[in-house]
Amino acid sequence: MALSTASNFAKPDDAFRAIVEAHRGLSEKDSADLDAALVLILANHIGDITVLREAITLAKRRMIDTSQQQQQQQQ
Amino acid sequence: MVQANPGQGTSQAKVQFGYHRHRDQDHAASAEHPVVVVGAGPVGLSFAIDLAQRGHAVVVLDDADRIGEGSRAICFSKRSLDYWDRLGVGDRMVEKGVVWNVGRIFHGPSELYQFNLLPEPGHKRPAFINLQQFYAEAYLVDRVNELPSISLRWRNKVTALEQRNDRAVLTIETPEGPYRLSAQYVIACDGARSSLRQMVGAGFSGKVFEDQFLIADVKMTAEFPTERWFWFDPPFHAGRSALLHRQPDDVWRIDLQLTPDCDPQVEKKPENVRPRIARMLGHDKFEFEWISLYKFQCRRMERFIHGRVIFAGDSAHQVSPFGARGANSGLEDAENLAWKLDRVLRGTSPSDLLETYHIERSAAADENIRESTRATDFMAPVSAQEARLRKAVLSLAKETEFGKRMVNGGRLSVPSVYETPLSTVDAEAWASGPCPGTSMLDAPLATAEGRHLHLTDAFNTQGRRFTLLSFANGEAIDAPDDIGVIRIGGDGFADAEGFAGKRYGAEPGTSYLLRPDGYVAARFRHPTRHAIAAAMARAAGLN
Repeated sequence: MALSTASNFAKPDDAFRAIVEAHRGLSEKDSADLDAALVLILANHIGDITVLREAITLAKRRMIDTSQQQQQQQQ
Repeated sequence: MVQANPGQGTSQAKVQFGYHRHRDQDHAASAEHPVVVVGAGPVGLSFAIDLAQRGHAVVVLDDADRIGEGSRAICFSKRSLDYWDRLGVGDRMVEKGVVWNVGRIFHGPSELYQFNLLPEPGHKRPAFINLQQFYAEAYLVDRVNELPSISLRWRNKVTALEQRNDRAVLTIETPEGPYRLSAQYVIACDGARSSLRQMVGAGFSGKVFEDQFLIADVKMTAEFPTERWFWFDPPFHAGRSALLHRQPDDVWRIDLQLTPDCDPQVEKKPENVRPRIARMLGHDKFEFEWISLYKFQCRRMERFIHGRVIFAGDSAHQVSPFGARGANSGLEDAENLAWKLDRVLRGTSPSDLLETYHIERSAAADENIRESTRATDFMAPVSAQEARLRKAVLSLAKETEFGKRMVNGGRLSVPSVYETPLSTVDAEAWASGPCPGTSMLDAPLATAEGRHLHLTDAFNTQGRRFTLLSFANGEAIDAPDDIGVIRIGGDGFADAEGFAGKRYGAEPGTSYLLRPDGYVAARFRHPTRHAIAAAMARAAGLN
């Protein structure tokens, strides 16, 4: 797998915090706009379509998990 | 000579042709012809000229008797111009056409960025010209009239098709009643609403875009730059996109995206269009030539060949217009098919060669559909999140190079690279130069007498047949007999400005085998007669 899922930041809390703080105080709409821009900027920085596709697959697995959980709850 | 006559209002035909009775109509049985082309648009006419120049008799049928109003296709690519040069009409197209290089992209009230198609030096033809389709058709009809082996018949409407093993029989309605024609091959160039396609019972499925577009040709009396302007969310047309493009005769083409919920008939009324365009142009010194509405469709036939009927152009595939992939890809179809059908009719290649027309051109259609679908989706985002991503791209385009390159106002047509059984795989390593399956590249050359010409001219002079482009190494070329030869260096053409050698990654002895449509079939660092003959046989469908 070309996508690195090892922990790459020396201080992961700083990275998470930076993103959280970027959203702080923003409306839902502005937050969504910020995320859209951020995704595009980071995707371009990675610059590797295979890595991008793997990242999308990994991220999308959450949607699948969520829908499976919902189904299980309904059953 | 046909005189196209613009500026005559929105509904008048640009050029009118007469119906003439043909002696085929007196036959009790159906008259026999090798090839009948249905549809006298740019694709059908170009195909007919190509095949006639290759020595065949061609009948062209069209149900109308005039060239239609409105600019319709307006952007013709370098590749199309190279083809028209081979058909003897390139000069007229380029003399009349408008060459443009600068494009500007606007978002809201401000300019995002501009690009320059910047003519790369050393090509005979520019990247694009803008020319109303009716001019292109009129010039093609003039050329057809110079070729006695083409019988062009207006007001001949095909009403029935009967497929036999070795031919197709057409029933044709005329003002003087019906008659029948029998053809070894019928080439259906009868447009997006192809009746031949219905007659063979083929589907035409794909994607229809909900947004409608309004297209207007306006004649401006004010000065305006020769540039392509594209707006996302302009102040004069909030939330939608708009395109402005110059044509000959001080006519500008305007494309306005309409919302899915608007009433197009109301939008189309000149009194409703006029104020919007006045805001777009910043003045009202213009008059309407043509106003039309349409919905984009991206779709294609599953198979381009149905028995003895072969589909080319919009009848086989349809794309949205952003990217100039409609008429240009249809012309590529024509050129791809003409040399193959020529060989099949002569019996120098098996009829299987025609299957490679389907293979090569349906893959090209897929590529064109993919590109134009992406552009159309970018212009008309289908969800809130798509709109959000587009907004992010447009705002990033102001500050970043990568943002600019993600803005998609239509990716302009370039020739497809064919993955095809006709190509011979490289046996040597090539760091540069067009690989097999790629369209030939142009370059300036000079004769020993110092006369300047282009590689595309030299290819033309060789008769648009299999041609070996060979860079001299002091040895005589040992090529098969039935092949054209273009020699660069030594006793051949001078590589006047060094472009040929550079573009083809040439070393002494480097040779490219070009197909009759100018595509690279094979290339060799150390060509042998045997290797060239084998590659030629492969490209002719002989093994």
